[in-house]
Amino acid sequence: MALDSKQVLDTREFKVVGTRVLRPDGVDKVTGKARFGADITAPGMLVGLVLRSPHAHAKIKSIDTSAAEAMDGVHAVVTAADFPNIELDDFTADVRDNCLAGAKALYDGHAVAAVAASSNHIAKKALKAIKVDYEVLDHVTDVDEAIKPGAPVLHEGGGNESVPEGSSPNIMARYEFGHGDIEAGLKKADRVLERSYKTEATHQGYIEPHACLATMGPDGQADLWCCTQGHYMVRNTCAAILGLDQGQLRVTASEIGGGFGGKTTVFLEPVAMMLAKKSSRPVKMVMTRSEVLRATGPTASSSVDIRIGMTKDGRITAAAAELRYQGGAYAGSPVEFGAMSAFAPYDLENVQTIGWDVVTNRPKQAAYRAPGAPMAAFAVESAIDELAKGLGLDPLEVRLKNAAREGTVASYGPTYPAIGLEATLRTAKDHPHWTAPLGENQGRGVACGFWFNFGGDTCVSLNITPDGTVTVSEGNPDIGGSRASMSMMAAEELGIPYEKVRTIVADTGSLGQNEVTDGSRVTFAVGLATIEAARAAKREMCKRAAMVWGIEPEAVEWKDGAAHPAGPNAGTHPPMSLAEIAEIASNTGGPIAGHHEANPEGAGVSFATHMVDTEVDPETGAVKILRYTVFQDAGKAVHPDYVEGQFQGGAVQGIGWALNEEYIYGEDGVLQNAGFLDYRIPVASDLPMIDTVILEIPNPGHPYGVRGVGETSIVPPLAAIANSVSAASGVRMTDLPMSPPKVLKAIQDQ
Amino acid sequence: MVKVKIWGSLAAFTDDQREVEVEASTLRELLQGLGTSYPGLKPQLERGVSVSIDGRIYNDSWFQPIEPESEVVLLARLKGG
Repeated sequence: MALDSKQVLDTREFKVVGTRVLRPDGVDKVTGKARFGADITAPGMLVGLVLRSPHAHAKIKSIDTSAAEAMDGVHAVVTAADFPNIELDDFTADVRDNCLAGAKALYDGHAVAAVAASSNHIAKKALKAIKVDYEVLDHVTDVDEAIKPGAPVLHEGGGNESVPEGSSPNIMARYEFGHGDIEAGLKKADRVLERSYKTEATHQGYIEPHACLATMGPDGQADLWCCTQGHYMVRNTCAAILGLDQGQLRVTASEIGGGFGGKTTVFLEPVAMMLAKKSSRPVKMVMTRSEVLRATGPTASSSVDIRIGMTKDGRITAAAAELRYQGGAYAGSPVEFGAMSAFAPYDLENVQTIGWDVVTNRPKQAAYRAPGAPMAAFAVESAIDELAKGLGLDPLEVRLKNAAREGTVASYGPTYPAIGLEATLRTAKDHPHWTAPLGENQGRGVACGFWFNFGGDTCVSLNITPDGTVTVSEGNPDIGGSRASMSMMAAEELGIPYEKVRTIVADTGSLGQNEVTDGSRVTFAVGLATIEAARAAKREMCKRAAMVWGIEPEAVEWKDGAAHPAGPNAGTHPPMSLAEIAEIASNTGGPIAGHHEANPEGAGVSFATHMVDTEVDPETGAVKILRYTVFQDAGKAVHPDYVEGQFQGGAVQGIGWALNEEYIYGEDGVLQNAGFLDYRIPVASDLPMIDTVILEIPNPGHPYGVRGVGETSIVPPLAAIANSVSAASGVRMTDLPMSPPKVLKAIQDQ
Repeated sequence: MVKVKIWGSLAAFTDDQREVEVEASTLRELLQGLGTSYPGLKPQLERGVSVSIDGRIYNDSWFQPIEPESEVVLLARLKGG
């Protein structure tokens, strides 16, 4: 029997939360009035442009900027030598080197210098006048090639203490997780599958390119406007690199045209600030699409070896994976999360994952929705599917038989509390999609996925205005509907209509530290802080009503948007509404507000199951997505439209990753497809309506049962689509993307 | 004493033990104790870790209580997109 929302949800009845209210940013966005990063202007501003390496790997022997600096209209030229000589931690030092190359250019497109000029035309001419003396070095862009003996080395001695002696110098770290005895477990299996899988690097593909505007006065005070997933992160990183006090730099986040993890770091911002400092003028920088693809973070590419043993009745006896991820030219591919999440959906006695973090001459990877997990799930879920079908078993039943449940020791170590994987599988099995007929050259695939979610530093300030409306200030750019969700939770808690609350994203001078909008954290953590801020305001309003009534504050309770006398000695005063209390606030102690600052932990893990039908054209290898259904545990869905949008968005990005998207490098190490004509993301005409089933299994760590939903939905699609295409084509697909030439070749070679 | 499960590649710094014991009643004491007892873990502890305590994951909360019988698992520092 399927579990639907009502069967699994056991929390309170909501009035606002759970409804589909109008989004507050909708009108501005559809009428073009919303101000994105590139829309910000300032009087006297200059245009900043970046000179980028044409080589995949080269020593920078010298940079001569004198001719550029002498040009009329050029106000500043900067290179890495202009950054103050500050000792930084390894992570921030890499970010600085990625913003402007130091000793070496490490990939095609690596920034080496920047100019600020009075026009775009002059800035372009100035870039051409900069003379860089490169010593071109051998390069490597493939993860498996990079760890072979004799491969070009990016950073001698760059690996950390986890890397075994004698390993390739391009290995930066090694991770190992698991428990039990793999070899003993494999001996108990009736069938053992050993298979290798590869995925290509894909870009987050946000529509809005990176953009910022920087000012920096002679008094050391600076302002920065930018599109980012975390303006506090931008402030802290820029302050560290430039040697500023964090309090002197105010960062304001613009509207954001997508991020998906790719805007959780900085690329332009420290450079714009240096140009602004050197020129004493505001400097605006906007990337082209080509720059976005060449020089901002795609995700890692991967190469994964799997060994899984299964009994005839579908029980997995042992499961092992060795994962190699290249994260571009710097340490930090998300391979540890691939290794932790690979087998997380399953209850396994014997499990081991080993992850290798590898560097290559590619752009520094940036987080991309559930970083590292989709590639691992592609390999694991493909292997389970192949084993199940080879044994004549139902792939959903096999997953149910092995599903992790409350009490399962996860492959990455902890024992699970109550989790929702089984609910997604049972709901999928009972859904009409699972038994719908398929035609010729059509196939159906399923796969599961897992992600962690977390909380992080969070501040919310909630103000009661004199007319009884409410403003909420949060410190996280609204990338997935947080202004609506926060307004809804504030309205719910205060007992007032949603329309009476407006939420804004405050600048870094207005609130304390806020973690980046990532990790599917905002609805959970900022929501929690919003509820607590509203509760603080309610306590104050009860106190004000008590003053008016001449009773103790403890004798007042808040319900339905008003203070009510409660208890035997409270009297029979008529309720005072929020608006009535707000109107007399000046007479009862002054303005009323609530705020909450915290680092909420306990976000709760999340699971999903995806089901997809595809049709493969045997003449061309083209794949068409016919039908797609997402089943995911969302905790309480605050705004179901946004939750469905997250599910659909993850599925669609997964479709692109599975079928078409890839970074294609030439033999010279130069990116061949740095534009959306050649780097093909899915468009509406490629897609059916993505159906969604929201399972509301409350998260006990949140007052309303909310858990993160933004990332898990990109974990299963790669494997679900590969399983579907493999069924439709009759040949197992193990390399992504499954582009038409690759599928056609696989069909012809079988 | 609290039993702490560590991930496999850290066992090189704990005499090949996948589970170690540390005197700790809070997360802060746990991390300090691990670093003192097993100095080889310090670079990873300084880069950052997450810790699962009875199935809930903590990143930063130094004073999160840990009971002697709690299940404690050291995890790679969680990040997201």
